[in-house]
Amino acid sequence: MTTPTSMRHVLRSEWTKLISVRSTVWTMVAMVATTIGFGVLISWATESNWAKVEARQRSVFDATSTSLAGIAFGQLAIAVLGVMVISTEYSTGGIRTSLTAVPKRLRLLAAKSLILLAISLVVGTITSFVAFFLGQAFLSKVGIETHLGDPQVLRAVFGGGLYLAGSAMFGLALAALMRHTAAAITIVVGALLVVPPFTRLLPGGWGDAVERYFTSNAGQQITAVTQDVNTLSPWGGYLVFTLWWVVIMAVAAYLLNRRDA
Amino acid sequence: MIEVQGLTKTFGDKVAVDNLSFTVRPGVVTGFLGPNGAGKSTTMRLILGLDRPDSGTALVNGHPYGSLPGPLFEVGALLDAKDVHGGRTARSHLLALAQSNGISSKRVDEVLELTGISSVAGKRIKGFSLGMSQRLGIAATLLGDPKVLMFDEPVNGLDPEGILWIRNFMRYLAGQGRTVFVSSHLMSEMAVTADHLIVVGRGRLMADMTTEAFIESSSTNAVRVKSPQAVELNQALVDRGFQVTTVDGYLEVARAECAQVGDVAAEHHLTIHELFEERASLEEAFMELTKDSVEYHTEAFPGDPFGAPQGESA
Repeated sequence: MTTPTSMRHVLRSEWTKLISVRSTVWTMVAMVATTIGFGVLISWATESNWAKVEARQRSVFDATSTSLAGIAFGQLAIAVLGVMVISTEYSTGGIRTSLTAVPKRLRLLAAKSLILLAISLVVGTITSFVAFFLGQAFLSKVGIETHLGDPQVLRAVFGGGLYLAGSAMFGLALAALMRHTAAAITIVVGALLVVPPFTRLLPGGWGDAVERYFTSNAGQQITAVTQDVNTLSPWGGYLVFTLWWVVIMAVAAYLLNRRDA
Repeated sequence: MIEVQGLTKTFGDKVAVDNLSFTVRPGVVTGFLGPNGAGKSTTMRLILGLDRPDSGTALVNGHPYGSLPGPLFEVGALLDAKDVHGGRTARSHLLALAQSNGISSKRVDEVLELTGISSVAGKRIKGFSLGMSQRLGIAATLLGDPKVLMFDEPVNGLDPEGILWIRNFMRYLAGQGRTVFVSSHLMSEMAVTADHLIVVGRGRLMADMTTEAFIESSSTNAVRVKSPQAVELNQALVDRGFQVTTVDGYLEVARAECAQVGDVAAEHHLTIHELFEERASLEEAFMELTKDSVEYHTEAFPGDPFGAPQGESA
């Protein structure tokens, strides 16, 4: 009668959990709307003001990253989803019910991670492509659009989906570590949006290094076609960003196995 | 079958569970009795592998909970009916639990039916009354048709109808040969629900015996007698070595049986109007027991203002 439970069972269970709460729908809608909305807004503004843009700025203009600029906001929505996926288990006490059904704790965390990674990658990539095409439609009015066939562009647009998925995992890893919704969201917003621009103010060579390697500064290089000075390469940056959440997740996993639930 | 051996758990410097050993057997309802803070919930969390013990083991059907291949098929546990995400519907909640152990969605409908909450299966849990939540929690425990069931304070906050339903349900489950382990701080509730009692105080085992024997063993068992010749009867009983006190116009004879008191009255040709056994309630028996445990603590460590050294029996 007893069938040994497997990873497949836990994945199905986590999928049901994810799609059966409203917060998933709302954070996804927010992610799609802000990523596309701000991308369109910034592309439209760029197109309208293009005549006033100086030649020096025109030479470094990146049509792809302009249309994907909304990701700066969309990342927060999807990171919040990542947080909620596990923090609500702690805030509701549901974690005790979940761990009673799945006592192998790392299996539970792995299933949550894979489901979140899959859904954020799919929705994030589609969103990135929609934002790209809508943005280019505006930019094409003044002839400054780019195309998927141009060098590095396809990588950057797929990169939008990759970056959004990474942001979701960043939220999940932090929340798995902190086990508290508000605290995890505060730190996610700080780490991905608020603090990164300020790292520019840090002095000297070590300041430049901190700026280069800091979370979204590193990760968002995957969405750009032309790199600024003092930035990592697209894939190098994305690898650094991935290391950020992987390390946090590893600590969270270690503690999950040791702490009382 | 649940086997707990030398279980000890401390939180900071507070000993929650202190070298606890007991066995919960199938076929009967076993009450896990103790005042609030006695370590009942902690013990249950330790059995379920949610907390790590400092020392000792807890086995369910011969295995540590964490190594059960299909936990929901072996154990159904309800710790707190509110340990659920209120944003989910009852069916989604049960379905996610069922899927995690490879249980079919047909079984979800069955347990909804069994606990009488089919009509609210599509409603979000946050709108549920405590009684409904409790039924949902019990539905979850039944998903894998397990041989072992654990309930932590299941009747807390329920109305009389809900209490009666849960009481009958637990007896029904035990009647099917399952192991039913239910905690409570309500002694009166356990008196009518449990066949066997495991009593804890301050994390220590105080008693492990049938409910009947537990009440029987209480030293407060006494006989009450009413007589128009109370003064003479009192003297006659004291002469025989009985301890007699006057309570509410009755003579209360400690550690005596009705026959003994009746015989004494007959020998002295004294009239008796009422004669009955004053059975200790479970409440009184329990307070008697925990009183002893407290006295033991202070006598054992008279010079230590903080009580017993922590974890000394670990």
